[in-house]
Amino acid sequence: MENAHSATSHNEEHSFDTKAIWRTFWVLLAITCVELTVGMFIAPRYPHHIKIWFNVLYIFLTAAKAFYIIAEFMHLRHEIKNLIMTIAVPALLFLWFLGAFLWDGNSYKNLRNNYDRNHLEQSKQKVEEKEPGKPAQKPGALD
Amino acid sequence: MAQAMQAEKKWWSGGKSPFNVEYGKLMMWYFLMSDAFTFGAFLISYGTIRFSSNAWPDPNHVFASFPGLGSTHLPLVFVSLMTFILIMSSVTMVLAVGAGHAKDKKKVMFYMFLTILGGIAFLSCQAWEWTHLHEEGAWWGRNPFLNYDGTQSSTNFTNFFFTITGFHGFHVFSGVIINIIMLIMTWKDVFEKKGHYLMIEKAGLYWHFVDLVWVFVFTCFYLF
Repeated sequence: MENAHSATSHNEEHSFDTKAIWRTFWVLLAITCVELTVGMFIAPRYPHHIKIWFNVLYIFLTAAKAFYIIAEFMHLRHEIKNLIMTIAVPALLFLWFLGAFLWDGNSYKNLRNNYDRNHLEQSKQKVEEKEPGKPAQKPGALD
Repeated sequence: MAQAMQAEKKWWSGGKSPFNVEYGKLMMWYFLMSDAFTFGAFLISYGTIRFSSNAWPDPNHVFASFPGLGSTHLPLVFVSLMTFILIMSSVTMVLAVGAGHAKDKKKVMFYMFLTILGGIAFLSCQAWEWTHLHEEGAWWGRNPFLNYDGTQSSTNFTNFFFTITGFHGFHVFSGVIINIIMLIMTWKDVFEKKGHYLMIEKAGLYWHFVDLVWVFVFTCFYLF
């Protein structure tokens, strides 16, 4: 347990900063409020094809929130560089992960619409709105 | 001067802990990395399916209800309450960790108690939301909602929603259990005898991770 003791004594050197925690809380709350305001009041006023730009905004705001939670609440920003790197470098895999798979999904959609006209037509057929509260589909029914 | 000495420290030359944290805490970080990739795989598969679909239900339409008020004109209000509860319980968790640094047993217990309450409140909200959606006819394999453009939606939407929020809710549930165990251990003076409250920090890392995942779940299901 030698490690534990050296780690505790190391931590005790820094006094615990309650102010920084509340500041982080207010930042997180403010970002969430911005997201909700945009999501509830601003985005619905625009046509659907603009929505992708709102999504880009949400991604930036979400990344900012994630940064604050990891850096301040999980205290990673105040650890030594070795520890930060052992977490941050593998996390970069997510960039490839996201890019490759979303690209793949999009490509599948385009290929399917191109080569399966029946699917494309079906996915454009509107269903008349049923009473809310009643299942429009039977259990287990697929598209 | 002290800072310059710090920078020159040879962390990898032996004789010291290169990450400068306790073993268990480092392992908690690595566990959370693996868990992050599990959640990442779930969310990215959701994204892939969504990108491969011609249309998708509108969250403003699906998640428009609030307990006791029925369908409101303010969608997402309920889920923002859930988000607020989870962020708030993250704050009380950090305060518990801070009290642990100061070796203040009473404060640790108080803040752990608040954190547990927050977790239970979040789970209750989720239970209500699931029940409500189930009553509307949504479940695994069943999707009563139409796409935003009025076309027929597939069950992918509900399948992913229940699987991912369920997996997250299961993490919250485990976190609450872990926090209850930490509270009992604090109460029984286990950490007092050990001389440090590092276990609270490890439980705290897990709890913040649950909050972190919710941030992404929130964006992916309720905003996009």
